[in-house]
Amino acid sequence: MSIKILVPIKRVVDYNVKIRVKADHTGVELDNVKMSMNPFDEIAVEEAVRLKEAGVAVEVVAVTCGTAAAQDVLRSALALGADRAILVEVDVAQLETLQPLAVAKLLKAVAQQEQPGLVICGKQAIDDDASQTGQMLAALQGWPQATFASKVVIADGKATVTREVDGGLETIAVTLPAVISTDLRLNEPRYASLPNIMKAKKKPFSVLTAASLGIDITPRLTTRSVNEPPKRSAGIRVGDVAQLVEKLKNEAKVI
Amino acid sequence: MSILVIAEHDNTTLKAGTRNTLTAASKLGGPVDILIAGYNCQAVAQAAASLAGVNTVKVADAAHLADGLAENLAALVVSIATGYSHILAPASTYGKNFLPRVAALLDVAQISEISGVVDANTFVRPIYAGNALATVESKDTVKVITVRTTSFDAAGEGGTAAIEAIATPADLGCTTLVGRELSVSERPELGAAKIVVSGGRGLGSSENYQKVLAPLADKLGAAMGASRAAVDAGFAPNDYQVGQTGKIVAPQLYIAVGISGAIQHLAGMKESKVIVAINKDADAPIFQVADYGLVGDLFELVPQLTAAL
Repeated sequence: MSIKILVPIKRVVDYNVKIRVKADHTGVELDNVKMSMNPFDEIAVEEAVRLKEAGVAVEVVAVTCGTAAAQDVLRSALALGADRAILVEVDVAQLETLQPLAVAKLLKAVAQQEQPGLVICGKQAIDDDASQTGQMLAALQGWPQATFASKVVIADGKATVTREVDGGLETIAVTLPAVISTDLRLNEPRYASLPNIMKAKKKPFSVLTAASLGIDITPRLTTRSVNEPPKRSAGIRVGDVAQLVEKLKNEAKVI
Repeated sequence: MSILVIAEHDNTTLKAGTRNTLTAASKLGGPVDILIAGYNCQAVAQAAASLAGVNTVKVADAAHLADGLAENLAALVVSIATGYSHILAPASTYGKNFLPRVAALLDVAQISEISGVVDANTFVRPIYAGNALATVESKDTVKVITVRTTSFDAAGEGGTAAIEAIATPADLGCTTLVGRELSVSERPELGAAKIVVSGGRGLGSSENYQKVLAPLADKLGAAMGASRAAVDAGFAPNDYQVGQTGKIVAPQLYIAVGISGAIQHLAGMKESKVIVAINKDADAPIFQVADYGLVGDLFELVPQLTAAL
């Protein structure tokens, strides 16, 4: 079998950046902050590219919903081995309030155009930590899902997926088409080589808009404020184990 | 308007997080029903009926609900959603898996992993690995919510709710369970343990992880946890991982051994009441959140600590 894989990705604040809450408490400071592809989405791209290299997939299409600035993460996906990229463009104000349900609806519209046999996405984005979009897309398409994947085998029109669950591991088989969301240990994404970065610049790249797809992306949630969490102050250094035990018993009273 | 809590269970016992989810639901101001979806799960229904603050226990008992698979579970919840103002589940891998499907099918937003209830429409939730807290208001007619269980107390016993069987939609047949490899442990559940002993890269190997930490955990009756680095290196199983993308814990005592304290790890444990860090690197970020820091060789200090308890 040979299927097309659609890989939705998201541009987020780089995972190494220590974020700051805006002084007016409307959100998190994004000006002059390094942005990158969401780490779980890199794993998704890598998995799709490996499935293509293994002959399971014929084409890997990366898609993101964002402003023109999101072209950089699509180029990264192309440099990692995706064949084609689609930007579903929204303006800056729309991006600020773009929520998982709206993204899932946009992706559904793209999926209906592209007819992929499989969607692989990250299990969550490290900015809003919502962990919703893949499941919502699967529901809107009436497809099965396999979230938090640590192993994927595609054969006979099915995906057999090992999932990282609270108690350990669970393996399920889902009929295709389906949505798979990636967990940390599914694979280790490759680094894009310079020749592949150059090649990525010539790969097909198309732009759609929410309006052209006929999707209402009005937000359902309103952010009232964003605040810093209560700070945890550093405690004391103890000199030895005896002092530690004494403090835990008599001061903290936790043992 | 009524509120629906979807219980997490294994057809035999109710998972602890259900109780915390119930407490979050009780802050919304309305009668709370609990849904038990499973197979041969009467014992779970009985346990749910005895929880304080439950109005009715709704039981959907069918073979195709046995494994808690997302597609059938979501279809069931959608089939009974009418009349509920709020639908809640724990933000465990169970709840996170199926509840977004419910929200999408109802054409409403999901509010993920709430840590506070401001009012019936407004909730606090951590974003950016807990480095910011967003207060969000929902305009949807039904609020679909996952609950960060460590942010709410566990509901107690004392209820005498009625148990009512409900109809189950037909099997969608698109997903089958192949198998499970669940960690078997005599220790308390990591997410609900009063004490957690957690190990990082500093332990060096899975043998050391067990040899150094297990006796301490045994002595304290603690659950065992690990940093992402330790899990990636194969020192501990995946379900031990504490952090932004692993488990969120908030025990009375968290002992971090050989863990440097990346922000993604801190996101999973910084709500702990008391944090102890043992690390040879005096500059490790873990010491910035630790109540008690002990700098030195963990291979000497941890056995000393075990012996001193």
